[in-house]
Amino acid sequence: MAAAFQIERSTRTSRVTALVSLVLLVVLIAAPWWAGRANMRLLGEIYSFVALATLWNLMAGYAGLVSVGQQAFVGFGGYALFAFAMFLGVHPLVAVPLAGVAGALIALPIAPLLFRLQGAYFAIGTWVLAEVFRLSFAQVSSLGGGSGTSLPAGVVTGMAADRALREMAIYWTALAIAVVAVAYVIALLRSRAGLALTALRDSEIASESLGIDIWRTKLTVYVTVAGLTAMTGAMIFLQKLRISPDAAFSVNDWTAYVIFIAVIGGIGTIEGPIVGTILFFLLRETLADLGTTYLMVLGAVAILVMLRAPKGLWGWVSQRTGVTLVPVRRRVVFRD
Amino acid sequence: MEWVNAILQGVLIGGLYALFAAGLSLIFGVMRLVNIAHGDMIVAAAYLALVVVQATGLHPLASAVIVVPLMAVLGYAMQRLLLNPTIGQDLLSPLLVTFGISVILQNGLLVAFTADSRRLAAGSIETASFHLAPGISLGVLPLVIFAASVLVILGLELIFYRTSLGRAFRATSDDPEIAQLMKLDRNHVFGMAMALSAAVVAIAGIFLAIRTNFDPSAGPARLIFGFEAVIIGGLGNLWGTLAGGVVLGVAQAIGAQISPGWQILAGHLVFFLVLALKPRGLFPRMD
Repeated sequence: MAAAFQIERSTRTSRVTALVSLVLLVVLIAAPWWAGRANMRLLGEIYSFVALATLWNLMAGYAGLVSVGQQAFVGFGGYALFAFAMFLGVHPLVAVPLAGVAGALIALPIAPLLFRLQGAYFAIGTWVLAEVFRLSFAQVSSLGGGSGTSLPAGVVTGMAADRALREMAIYWTALAIAVVAVAYVIALLRSRAGLALTALRDSEIASESLGIDIWRTKLTVYVTVAGLTAMTGAMIFLQKLRISPDAAFSVNDWTAYVIFIAVIGGIGTIEGPIVGTILFFLLRETLADLGTTYLMVLGAVAILVMLRAPKGLWGWVSQRTGVTLVPVRRRVVFRD
Repeated sequence: MEWVNAILQGVLIGGLYALFAAGLSLIFGVMRLVNIAHGDMIVAAAYLALVVVQATGLHPLASAVIVVPLMAVLGYAMQRLLLNPTIGQDLLSPLLVTFGISVILQNGLLVAFTADSRRLAAGSIETASFHLAPGISLGVLPLVIFAASVLVILGLELIFYRTSLGRAFRATSDDPEIAQLMKLDRNHVFGMAMALSAAVVAIAGIFLAIRTNFDPSAGPARLIFGFEAVIIGGLGNLWGTLAGGVVLGVAQAIGAQISPGWQILAGHLVFFLVLALKPRGLFPRMD
């Protein structure tokens, strides 16, 4: 007898979304042929924030690891890229994934220490860690100490034949990192570990009693996110070509903005960080003239969203319409 | 002698760190809330003291008469309006709201007072000192700050264990729902906890303003020092917080003796060392 039901994950909407995303991806890959230099830079920046926000959201929204110190890995990745390229002569584009591996490796011994802190205390612990990184890199005189250093001209020109080719290579790498970050989070959430994560988020005690290894699940998330964040950081500073401790480990640039993006878009959804990034850049491009006031507006918007729509913009939409573009949960469908 | 002197100064600055930490420890103890804006509130209090001193001509220490109650009222309002609606099971929402408050405070201060660093002149007390032995002298101001932190912690202990407000704090901290059944208004109790925390913040802010230069971006570092003092000393233990502040101050003083770039770093490293060896802090509370 055939079963009267089956387990489904994709929906009509999600199949359409997948198709649209694919088309959009092709359009974005072709950007060097239709976008100007300035727009390509802006797009590159958007990709970095999509990656950072998606990764932060995985930790905070799914694993309950609220970190305000992700700039530790952004800066570490940036410095790792500079070190690989300057001291070992590694090609900068090869140094990007290498910086990611280095970021994951350094996170491995750190995670057990930070995991001794619970909840909000974990948050500030991650911040202290980022400060340790910042102050340590400021001591390394071969990397410019406190004032930082630029990527030597030889390294930059050795990357590709001319400037246009170089910019194209960097642009595609940035796009690739954003795609990898989003794909990784989706794949993880749809896997066994993802099921464990969702259970963990809902109740740590109940999931532990069902045999979920909390510690290992959190460790996996923390270390992989650290690696991908470091890779994104390497990318960011490859675009800037200059690094300093204050820029590399800036809590405003790499954590505050990222948190706003995730909060405004919707924590704990795949779509949220992407919606949030688009909104953030729209706000930034229109309010940039306000200077400092613009940051106050951002802060106020975040508080308001937290009070009125704690699930963010996307959470609000999907609660009212039931739409999920990227389904990660399974549904039972009965045949009649 | 140089080392003895450095360590003594470290002990004394530990008193200031304990003041940064006491308010943080207090509200964490009552409502499990970590206030990311705590450091910025300290800096805001310092600016408030500056404005009060400029407007009234009061001595900086006397400005506490106005700054402390004002901060307490502001703290109460902030808790009732912004934080209470988000406090519940989820720890993410209140954390992010305080994060938003922190950004608004920092940039608001920047708009109002520019990025120039300021200082409150307190007259002769700043330079007065006791000469103990050749090469060792203790400043009067650091001693006053240390004494103030001991008094503040003593006061908080008395409030916690000797008053009905303290009983309400402890009851709400143990079980907010049962406390509510006993006709304790949770929102008001939380508001009072934040008011008390803000009053301590005001004292810390005034001393900060007299002791060092401050600018609108000085908050996060004060938050981190306060937080480290709390964790080193042991969560929820007020006297432990004082000990944590002293440990941190001494670690920084020793780091600074080795090399100026090591001052803050040494404090952070000691924090991680304590975390690795005694995750519950040096003086964990029995429970």
